[in-house]
Amino acid sequence: MSSLFLRDIRLSIRAGGGALIGVIFFLAVIATIPFGVGPDLNLLSRIGPAILWIAALLACLLGLDRLFQADREDGSLDLLVLNSDRQMLALTVLVKCLAHWAGSVLPLVVAAPLLGLFMNMEPTGIGATAFTLLVGTPAITFIGAAGAAVAVALPRGGLLISVLVLPLTIPVLIFGVSASYGAVADPAPFLQPFLILAALTLFLAVVGPLAAALALRHGTD
Amino acid sequence: MRLIAENLGGERGGETVFSGIGFALEKGEALIVTGPNGSGKSTLLRVIAGLLPVAKGFVRVEAGGEAFPTIASASHYLGHLNAMKTALSVEENLGFWRAFQGEPALSVEEALETVGLGGLGHLPFGYLSTGQKRRASIAKLLVSRRPVWLLDEPTAGLDKASEERFAGLMRDHCQEGGIIVAATHLPLGLEGAKALQMKVAV
Repeated sequence: MSSLFLRDIRLSIRAGGGALIGVIFFLAVIATIPFGVGPDLNLLSRIGPAILWIAALLACLLGLDRLFQADREDGSLDLLVLNSDRQMLALTVLVKCLAHWAGSVLPLVVAAPLLGLFMNMEPTGIGATAFTLLVGTPAITFIGAAGAAVAVALPRGGLLISVLVLPLTIPVLIFGVSASYGAVADPAPFLQPFLILAALTLFLAVVGPLAAALALRHGTD
Repeated sequence: MRLIAENLGGERGGETVFSGIGFALEKGEALIVTGPNGSGKSTLLRVIAGLLPVAKGFVRVEAGGEAFPTIASASHYLGHLNAMKTALSVEENLGFWRAFQGEPALSVEEALETVGLGGLGHLPFGYLSTGQKRRASIAKLLVSRRPVWLLDEPTAGLDKASEERFAGLMRDHCQEGGIIVAATHLPLGLEGAKALQMKVAV
């Protein structure tokens, strides 16, 4: 399994892997917001966590369509399914998700503090938002894997995956943003929404790969 | 080890492609599947591998032992596609499949020497020619041990010398007690192989 993780990480870094596309999209969205909203610094810092979360969510969805499609196009997916007696398919999917997250989504989390400065956020707010992104974004990848597996046979399934997956990621967004606010705005709690966010990630780490494995097994043709 | 199919039927998109296929292969035996385009050779191989559902009848392995209880766990499947990543080097590709598939056999260098690609392992897979890609894909059969080889047009794109080398590899595999099911249009140079002629379903 570690070999699969290493292979996918290598693929995302090498030419054509698209690891940086998400970060560039993230940067583009965040850099545009202050021009659209205007130079009201208080407003910017108030909506900062929400904007960072929404932009990160959309950037996460961007590369998901290639998660299984690339393997399907070169025939690797057949062998991954064929070997499911030795390497449980759901576990294979989980490892692919983790590699995708580490290769394409982790850079977003690393870039988030820098982009928080664009939104005039306080250091605690920036730290809390980056932390909640770190804990919450794997959940988006796990849901996305199920969507990507369902749409794997469609040649231009990228948008379809986003539409399928977006409603399911709303709870993650809600609890991620409310935990980020909780760290800055005093009466709002931080710990409760944060724990629910962590629980969502753990829950989806099981359900997402299982659903994706089921879809892949029945999707071979 | 025995590979048995009885009254096997397969379909694609709800249309029956073939039906009533039966064979029994003991260890050391090979089956050459021939037939015109669209007669269901590739579908048959995918049904045997379990990548497509069995529509009718059954196919199974017997006496596979603990390591190979099911067809999927006992099989190498070499399809039309090479299942290699163009951005990774040949060595990285083969090393990955060797680690992932388990039951390691030859080392990556030995396997590349065997298919005549010695010294090319450091190249990205995308830089190889069509025939070299096919040979690298054949090396994938050698890096992990599987008794059953399911081969779909294995020699497509190979030159004469490589075809002969591959025929030798298949003979060795049969002599060691392996089973081969190969769909092909070209003679593979396997003496004493059973033959299965597929017909286009009406």
